[in-house]
Amino acid sequence: MTAQALLAVAVFPFLAVLAMLAHRQKAAPSLVHAGCLGVSLVLGTIGILSVMKGGVDVAVLPVGLPWLKAHFRIDAFSGFFLVIVNLGAVMASLFGISYVRHLTHPARVAVAYPMFLAGMNLALLSDDAFSFLVSWEFMSASSWLLVLADHEEEENRKAAFTYLMMALFGTFCLLGAFGILAQAGGGYDFDALRQAKLNGWQSSLVVLLGLLGAGSKAGLVPLHAWLPLAHPAAPSHVSALMSGVMTKVALYILARILFDFGPTPAWWWGAVIMATGGVTAVVGILYALIQTDLKRLLAYSTVENIGVALIGLGVALAFKGSGLLPYAALALAASLYHMLNHSVMKGLLFLGAGAVLHATHERNIEKLGGLIHRMPITAAAFLVGAAAISALPPLNGFVSEWLILQTLFLGPKVPNWAMKFGSPVVAAMLALSAALAAAAFVRAFGMVFLGRARSQAAETASEPPMGMWAALILLACLCALLGIVPVSATTMLSHIAQSLMGIELSDTIIEGWPWLAPINVTRGSYSGTVLVASVLFLIMVTAIVIKGFGTRNIRRSPAWDCGHKESSPAFQYTASSFAQPLRRVYGSTAFRAKEEVDMPSPAEIRPARLDVRIKDLIWDGLYQPLADGVANLSTRLNRLQTMTVRRHLLMMFLTLLIMLLVAALRRVMP
Amino acid sequence: MTLTSILWQIMQTLICLGAAPLVTGFVRFVKARLNGRQGPSPLQPYRDLARLLRKELVLAENASWLFRITPYLIFGFTWMAASLVPSFTTNLVLIPTADMITLVAMLGAARFMIALAGLDVGTSFGGLGASREMMIASLAEPAMLMTVFTLALLTGTTSPARIVDFVLAGGVGLQVSMGLALVAMILVAIAENGRIPIDNPATHLELTMVHEAMVLEYSGRHLALIEAAAMVRLMLYISLISCIFMPWGISQSGKGLEGLVIGLFAYGFKVMTLAALLGLFETVIAKMRVFRYADFLGGALLLSLLATLVLYVSEAV
Repeated sequence: MTAQALLAVAVFPFLAVLAMLAHRQKAAPSLVHAGCLGVSLVLGTIGILSVMKGGVDVAVLPVGLPWLKAHFRIDAFSGFFLVIVNLGAVMASLFGISYVRHLTHPARVAVAYPMFLAGMNLALLSDDAFSFLVSWEFMSASSWLLVLADHEEEENRKAAFTYLMMALFGTFCLLGAFGILAQAGGGYDFDALRQAKLNGWQSSLVVLLGLLGAGSKAGLVPLHAWLPLAHPAAPSHVSALMSGVMTKVALYILARILFDFGPTPAWWWGAVIMATGGVTAVVGILYALIQTDLKRLLAYSTVENIGVALIGLGVALAFKGSGLLPYAALALAASLYHMLNHSVMKGLLFLGAGAVLHATHERNIEKLGGLIHRMPITAAAFLVGAAAISALPPLNGFVSEWLILQTLFLGPKVPNWAMKFGSPVVAAMLALSAALAAAAFVRAFGMVFLGRARSQAAETASEPPMGMWAALILLACLCALLGIVPVSATTMLSHIAQSLMGIELSDTIIEGWPWLAPINVTRGSYSGTVLVASVLFLIMVTAIVIKGFGTRNIRRSPAWDCGHKESSPAFQYTASSFAQPLRRVYGSTAFRAKEEVDMPSPAEIRPARLDVRIKDLIWDGLYQPLADGVANLSTRLNRLQTMTVRRHLLMMFLTLLIMLLVAALRRVMP
Repeated sequence: MTLTSILWQIMQTLICLGAAPLVTGFVRFVKARLNGRQGPSPLQPYRDLARLLRKELVLAENASWLFRITPYLIFGFTWMAASLVPSFTTNLVLIPTADMITLVAMLGAARFMIALAGLDVGTSFGGLGASREMMIASLAEPAMLMTVFTLALLTGTTSPARIVDFVLAGGVGLQVSMGLALVAMILVAIAENGRIPIDNPATHLELTMVHEAMVLEYSGRHLALIEAAAMVRLMLYISLISCIFMPWGISQSGKGLEGLVIGLFAYGFKVMTLAALLGLFETVIAKMRVFRYADFLGGALLLSLLATLVLYVSEAV
């Protein structure tokens, strides 16, 4: 299976070369996307097969470093992530076939896009640290190119630079983690890393570096700052992949480090990761609430969902560290399910934003509105995605957040005060983030699709071509399907989780179709299937009764205007005014939000002004000082370049001397 | 799955819809009497609903398909949620469909839709109502889930029927946490149902209303469905509070017909008592300013967190 997967991945570079050679042909970018769709379909199928079959399949290629051949491997765990990546890739490519034609620089996108897919797939297939890091960097670099596709805009260049810095930082951390593991395990292939025997602080360092390295790619607070800059800058179908899928590759390697490599880290790392996840979820969604750029809002919501998935991973680690393996498997399965669900819904939402962008050339939600009349299909699909990501039943987002909440409710079973006190607090954070997500997406959907058009562009929009809305409808159906019949998916996931936890249980999650019941049915159960069937039945009964009872007359009339004409669409609630109560409740601490009203006295003839000032505390407190410090340091180091040859030689001599001294000291004091 | 459990489920589904207007009417009746007014008969809400159903539907010119399907969705979700809360018996066939987290989320789904409908026509009132409703929900929902957390820790389950079984079996006893959770849940219930001091169901003054502002554009059968959903939701919270904190008399599986009759009478008594208390509470308290809500509901959240922590303390002692 691995060999076939590698062969399929090998097609991607050919597609990239093709795009490069045919960059003058108008049809080439679309063809390349169609090719990517085919290859991703194959890779996704391989993923599904290896999840179903279980077992391990290894392939070794005689390339790479002299002492290290390139190892590749598929097991059920990486197979599951292959499914996530390629499901997203299939949908994004389908959307991209028609979307890419309308971009400013289709040829640039068509070259980097297949490379990006290749990088993500290879990272999942890799079975040694070297191939993994090369693929990981490949993934980062190609997505960096995609962020730069519109590099004429100053903002995009800045976003790409920030992204590049954070990517370098992440790789650096992962390199450190792999280094420590490899030293203890005696080799760089993952089998050696699995056998690595670490002592306490080494293990902690590996977890910390892994968390920083993978977290900076996934958007962990406070390493998330690049994400809302870079994801929106890329073309929409690439944003969908970066947000929905690339972040999952980062979580994949984090899960490998936590659960697969070396000994199990101490339980308190679970508590730390859980708390970080909770903070990430709340901070991410609070930022999303005040954004007016649709794609940036979605990127912040990705930060939130990564936090939610991380809570699941943290709880799983705490359970595993305390020896409660069935609970650990349950928490891990819940987290994996949330990753799958998030990739589907975020793909849907970003592609929906792409369709809106295509129709109106507008990302600012304050300038949209009323699109539900002109783009009903896009609106319906986006509504499904918005409801799913707000964790509303019966859609998929609810099921995975429900499972994660249920595992948090088990948290106090860990015989430890940090988890006993921590899990209710984190559960409250999770509930808060879900409720805020609902507010954020009511706002996003309401401003973009409902009300009256706030600009000419929104007034003249029309439905996108079929390739685009086909992808939207497929994803919306998937959201519904994963929510209404989750049982088969969760059964499979619990098997994957159990294989990683090293236990074999078959009934942690289900209690016979269609009941979803963690642990057992008396602890609480859910059935999306029964729920949907009953609600639909009740609605049908209601509709029939009303039809028989009342009149069917409908009259259209102007909206109620309280006696004065609301002729202009500017009378509507805007995105900022919608967020105002929430900003007042949460913003004064989270963003140091300040409102100043300048109200002219009755005699004056000047407009009233409302000034709202919001501070990004993380950017101002962490990134800005860091950036200033680096700039400062490099200015000072600049002086080194203008020294005379004599001084240069002296510096070299001193460096050599110090290194020799260190070496000598090490020999004396082992 | 037995025949009786199906039968009781149907009965429960019909009762929670059929009696809901009576409960709302009774609260209004109690309030009127406490205010020294004659007040309409408790049966008035039935007449109001019938009148609305017979009326012609007036749709705003800008209303979309979303505006038209929303009342049905809200009504369906709320009704379903209410029929999953054990009222007179726990022997209901659909009980495993949803636990308390799901019940909260189902009401959340209804709220999501109604907030969108408020934004659909594009008037400033709709937006105002939707924005405030989502702010209140963002405070109330975590508080509610924390209460569920406390109950889950105490009883080992999130299913309301199992909690009833557990409490009736004497598994809880008198607990401080239970009391704190009760207060938190009552605060949440007041907020979620738009009662005083959060929202005034009787007001038509624009600046003080939340729920009414969102549904301002609705009329005819749509409005009837939304009003009915609001009544069912009040019924749901009253049932939920009475089944968890005073489950006495609820019939369990294995009990015969007389258990059921006792259950029905006990349920009727509990609902009327709580409704009367709600009326009394609303009479003695004044409406709050919008930005004081955060204190009110933040208090509920802290109380429910405290309930969890007190539980540990009482375990340790």
